[in-house]
Amino acid sequence: MLIKRGDDIRYSEVTPQKAYLNRRRFLSTVPLAGAALLTNRASAAAKLAAVKGPFSTGEKPTPFVDVASYNNFYEFGTGKEDPSRNAGKLKTSPWSIHVEGAVAKPKVFDLDAVMKMAPLEERIYRHRCVEAWSIVVPWIGFPLNVLIKAVEPTAKAKFVAFQSLYDSKYMLSARFAGIEFPYVEGLRMDEAMHPLALLCFGMYGQVLPNQDGAPVRIVVPWKYGFKSIKSIVKIKFVEKEPPTTWNLSNAHEYGFYSNVNPTVDHPRWSQATERRLGEFGKRKTLMFNGYGDQVATLYAGMDLRKNY
Amino acid sequence: MQAKRPISRRWMKIPLFVLCLSPALLLVWEGFHDELGANPIEFITHATGDWTLRFLAITLAVSPLRRLLGLPDLIRFRRMLGLFAFFYGSLHFMTYLWLDKFFDFHEIVKDVWKRPFITAGFLAFVSMAPLALTSTAGWIRRMGGRRWQMLHRLIYLSACAGVVHYYWLVKSDIRKPVLYGAIVAVLFAERGVRRAMRRRTVRTDAGTWISPAPGSADAAPIPKTSAPSSAR
Repeated sequence: MLIKRGDDIRYSEVTPQKAYLNRRRFLSTVPLAGAALLTNRASAAAKLAAVKGPFSTGEKPTPFVDVASYNNFYEFGTGKEDPSRNAGKLKTSPWSIHVEGAVAKPKVFDLDAVMKMAPLEERIYRHRCVEAWSIVVPWIGFPLNVLIKAVEPTAKAKFVAFQSLYDSKYMLSARFAGIEFPYVEGLRMDEAMHPLALLCFGMYGQVLPNQDGAPVRIVVPWKYGFKSIKSIVKIKFVEKEPPTTWNLSNAHEYGFYSNVNPTVDHPRWSQATERRLGEFGKRKTLMFNGYGDQVATLYAGMDLRKNY
Repeated sequence: MQAKRPISRRWMKIPLFVLCLSPALLLVWEGFHDELGANPIEFITHATGDWTLRFLAITLAVSPLRRLLGLPDLIRFRRMLGLFAFFYGSLHFMTYLWLDKFFDFHEIVKDVWKRPFITAGFLAFVSMAPLALTSTAGWIRRMGGRRWQMLHRLIYLSACAGVVHYYWLVKSDIRKPVLYGAIVAVLFAERGVRRAMRRRTVRTDAGTWISPAPGSADAAPIPKTSAPSSAR
């Protein structure tokens, strides 16, 4: 049964204003200006209504402020707090997504049209970064396969390639970020079609903050966070495994699949445990980030040590 | 006799001590006010690591600055600065032992052995420990100036290993570790150049130096004996 979200208070309002301001002030190099900027943005964020979707974890969501201030979004800086400071420059409307490649109906979608393709659902997912920290986020969106089906992929479509917005006018140059831009990611067709894979427009009852990948991103909860590409402008259906940014940067450390796997360490650190933001101790990392029941069959017969 | 400059005064060590301690005090304050960001443990790890490298660089800068600024008395602060490098290094190491590994020594040994960036960091820390231990005037006397100086050149190893540790840690944006590396490289180069120049102009007047051994003016052990070697 689907339960309509009522007029709950926004998650951002749960955090006391003082604490929110304090943390923001600390994060900013220009103390007062930064605080003002961030509160404005938070209060201006548009609400996004959604029905309760499937696959939600019962775990407690990470506080909104943490998810909105601790980000990896290298286009806006490589420090964790940089994106929340700098992503205000991102213009999220109007926004279009080019869907092309091996499809019967290639199309340039207007974001508003995409958002009307299916009812928006709230799904509370675990999110595990390759850097061994994790969060629990109530995302808002619908299955990625809705969009995929709409463009009717042909038999040649074996993989889906995604591309983020890149604008050198206000984003970090690849030279400083140390990775190539525009950011690109990819999924195998069956991964992209999996009902867990989410096309995401919001979180915590409101539209995505820019630093979290506004206005549209994907969320692939059984893979390391960097697979969940942000601010998508292009989706292309292809026959061969597409290049992916972190793999291009360091193939030895970041594979195409990058499924959460506690038994395969990152060369520089263990993936056996993770720190859930807000918790003091560490918790054990779960295979496929705890989504093994849903996705393990996708990888039956594959050597996950080789296909890391 | 000219009036004492402020840096030559005894009490100057007190404000310097407070200044050196302030990054740690700030961390504590931020901790109590919930201002360490979304991942406080990572924040503390990075802050203490950063300050270790900064204090290593500052300690290494003392000798060049004495000559450059004509302030031989700066040597009086070097031990304190070096000990603060060790202090922040210890905090950094403790954060790792406790908050990251929760004293799981099996895991720690594996980490140090298997992961080069941890190995480098561990080496940087371990090579600072004997310097902190032998930092007293008593130890200089017991060891003898020359041997003490030799031992204290371990700071070069520590600084190198520290920079490498940082460089190997970052995922892609290497600007900060490269900056630290550049600073340390400049401080090393200054010593190299001076040493080469001193070789060329062999001094007959040994009295000008505390010790005739090449490279020794860098490591003047105790404040009192160091003054004559300066001002060049």
